[in-house]
Amino acid sequence: MLNVYDILETIRMIQDECLDIRTITMGISLLDCIDPDIDRACEKVYEKITTRAKNLVSVGQQIETEYGIPIINKRISVTPIAMLCGACKGGDPVKFAKALQKAADACGVNFIGGYSALVQKGFSAGDLELIRSIPEALDVTTNLCSSVNVGSSKAGINMDAVALMGGIIRQSAELTADRQCVGPSKLVVLCNAPEDNPFMAGAFHGVGEPDCVINVGVSGPGVVRAALSKYPDASINEIADIIKKTAFKITRMGQLVGARASKMLDVPFGIVDLSLAPTPAVGDSVAHILEEIGLECCGTHGTTAALALLNDAVKKGGVMASSNVGGLSGAFIPVSEDAGMIAAAENGTLRLEKLEAMTAVCSVGLDMVVVPGDTPAETISAIIADEAAIGMVNNKTTAVRLIPAIGKKEGEILEFGGLFGSGPIMQINRKSPAKFISRGGRIPAPMHSIKN
Amino acid sequence: MRAVITVIGKDNVGILHRVSGICAEYRANVIEVTQSVLQDMFAMIMLVDISALNTDFAVLSDRMNQLGQELGLSIHTMHEDIFNSMHRI
Repeated sequence: MLNVYDILETIRMIQDECLDIRTITMGISLLDCIDPDIDRACEKVYEKITTRAKNLVSVGQQIETEYGIPIINKRISVTPIAMLCGACKGGDPVKFAKALQKAADACGVNFIGGYSALVQKGFSAGDLELIRSIPEALDVTTNLCSSVNVGSSKAGINMDAVALMGGIIRQSAELTADRQCVGPSKLVVLCNAPEDNPFMAGAFHGVGEPDCVINVGVSGPGVVRAALSKYPDASINEIADIIKKTAFKITRMGQLVGARASKMLDVPFGIVDLSLAPTPAVGDSVAHILEEIGLECCGTHGTTAALALLNDAVKKGGVMASSNVGGLSGAFIPVSEDAGMIAAAENGTLRLEKLEAMTAVCSVGLDMVVVPGDTPAETISAIIADEAAIGMVNNKTTAVRLIPAIGKKEGEILEFGGLFGSGPIMQINRKSPAKFISRGGRIPAPMHSIKN
Repeated sequence: MRAVITVIGKDNVGILHRVSGICAEYRANVIEVTQSVLQDMFAMIMLVDISALNTDFAVLSDRMNQLGQELGLSIHTMHEDIFNSMHRI
């Protein structure tokens, strides 16, 4: 018989500590939808997605009932659309955006990702057209996510793309200024983008992936914090152990749900992304874990070290619980999606510079950070370049999801609602990096990229 | 296939009777029951075999939820696998 304590622990985790499966993401390859006629290509895209993912939502709901575990989002990621654009003889890439939105609506999924381009070493056919169309694509759709990979440890950083993205982010914010500048909240600029990431906005289906695959992203910051709160006097070694054990349990659940979904949908199981993904809900915050470890407020001195400890312990605990770990895997620090981060940013303890340092030791980057509406495009580009450099040199994924709050200034707030939360506008450095950004070219890959 | 039904809340007369009544109605065979009352708090864990269930698992689960609301108790019906995978290596 199962242990009573174990059963009650699981139920408490789900009911009181916000344990959930953040997402089941179906990755679908669109390489067989390539067509020189853009309208025909869009039809094929719609057809393939709605065939492959027609049961995704219902299967997700069935698993929720069976195991009693909430599955917050069902999502789809597709082959970077720039690859399809490249083959089209003319035509507006936004047509693909509309086809993807239509397919997402038909399947009933929460998000669809893959309006993407991989340009770390340069632009190929279709890349520039797609990138330039991003602001409009995000304006005319609601559930579409877009990403651009501008650098990698192997290729260096494409500074032309970095320069371009600053303007694209601004333009996207301006186009959606009447909707809390929601456009750029669905756009992420990456370095070392993983090809099997189930989390938005950076999810796309890499070319090395199978035709169709199921990836699962778990969550559970609340569970880790609750576990730590029972040991107020534990040493750091003990803290690392408690986090590992908790991460193991969380990931096992992800593995179970992924395996079950893969069987029910008859699609191979890809990976479990063992991330601590916060939500704005009370008790679901990564910042609060750091505070539980012993910081008065997230963002103060010591935050980077505590986060490094957390991130590493999550990976170590999770890796044994799943047969295949992938995606981003680690702790997320999206400012607007985390109640503790929001509070820390509002009271001025958490600043952009500290967040940047934190991204060197956690799994993502500057995520859901709201900057003043008058932030120049080149400053946004320079922030992207800094993040990409951290990723490139440290062989890790970094990302930037900045939202310029058009018409607003420091101290004000953007309200996105739902999982996106609300973002206090953070202070930026006002000295200009314009000359650096305008040079163009490519930052060469670091010495340690030459491993062969 | 086995499921775990947990019932937590204020103690009252006939909780076990009502829960096992629903199990019988849907042909879920009760294998094991652990029950305790601590300071007026009722806690019961029931292991049931659902391989001969005459309805969908979702129907059983919904019906238990309804009963929980009616009696002011928290009743969860979950597949056994989730506990096994979380707590066993």
